[in-house]
Amino acid sequence: MKIGVKVMPRQEVLDTQGRAVENTLRQNGREVNSCRVGRYVVLDLPETDPAKAMEKAKEMAEFVLYNPLIETFELEQL
Amino acid sequence: MSASLIGVLRFPGTNCDRDVFEAVEARGSKAVWLWHADRFDPRAYRALILPGGFSYGDYLRAGALAARSPAMTSVREAAARGVPVLGICNGFQILCESGLLPGVLIRNENRRFIDEWVDLELANPQSFFGRGLAAGARIRLPIAHADGRYYVEPDDLKRLQDNGQIWWTYHGENPNGSVANIAGVMNEAKNVGALMPHPERAIFDWMGGADGAAFFDF
Repeated sequence: MKIGVKVMPRQEVLDTQGRAVENTLRQNGREVNSCRVGRYVVLDLPETDPAKAMEKAKEMAEFVLYNPLIETFELEQL
Repeated sequence: MSASLIGVLRFPGTNCDRDVFEAVEARGSKAVWLWHADRFDPRAYRALILPGGFSYGDYLRAGALAARSPAMTSVREAAARGVPVLGICNGFQILCESGLLPGVLIRNENRRFIDEWVDLELANPQSFFGRGLAAGARIRLPIAHADGRYYVEPDDLKRLQDNGQIWWTYHGENPNGSVANIAGVMNEAKNVGALMPHPERAIFDWMGGADGAAFFDF
């Protein structure tokens, strides 16, 4: 079962990539209110039970995939 | 093994390991390598050093993958026993990611890699590393990093200040936008300390300065 993990920077001040991309878009004449850059991780798990797979993905996200000081994460079943 | 040895950690992508090893030996101590994939005896070393570099190519977040390696389990055990642990640059990032130090190092405010000499001020001289230096001491060391901006939430910053956990601050210009000009921090027990500047790159005058030598006098 595949679970997607979406990791986003918690505050705009921490999102240096978002700021850089936003500036490049503006400099090239694109209108954008703001731009944020995160990370998407796809976990392919041997677990077949959806609830258990989500639980395992959550544990993995908390173990290494995100840093709670600067990021948040969301899970979705794929 | 004798507890006079200084253990120098090596992760895939560490690149200041040889400099740190030579600095330890140049100041009269015996250094030994510790490999990331192996556990080690936490009682066997007088001190441990995590050198700089780009462990795991900074994949995911700087220091994140190295922090979860087998050797770091032994570093945690050693730290819990009071063994002095020093992190330099990427070593600082690894210690934050491992939970041994509070906070996190994020991308420099100007979003660029910075390579220059900086002036530092010793905020709290309680560390094992650089014991000869007094509070308020000013030294000059090189920095070389892209993710060197120390960040903690305001509540955590207050805790660091109250506990005397701020080790070094940038004096004069803050090169990376770190919170409260922080260049280095310690854990509550003060046996784990880390800084972004590279003392091993300043141990002889011909290197441009020798202020880093004090960090390797054990």
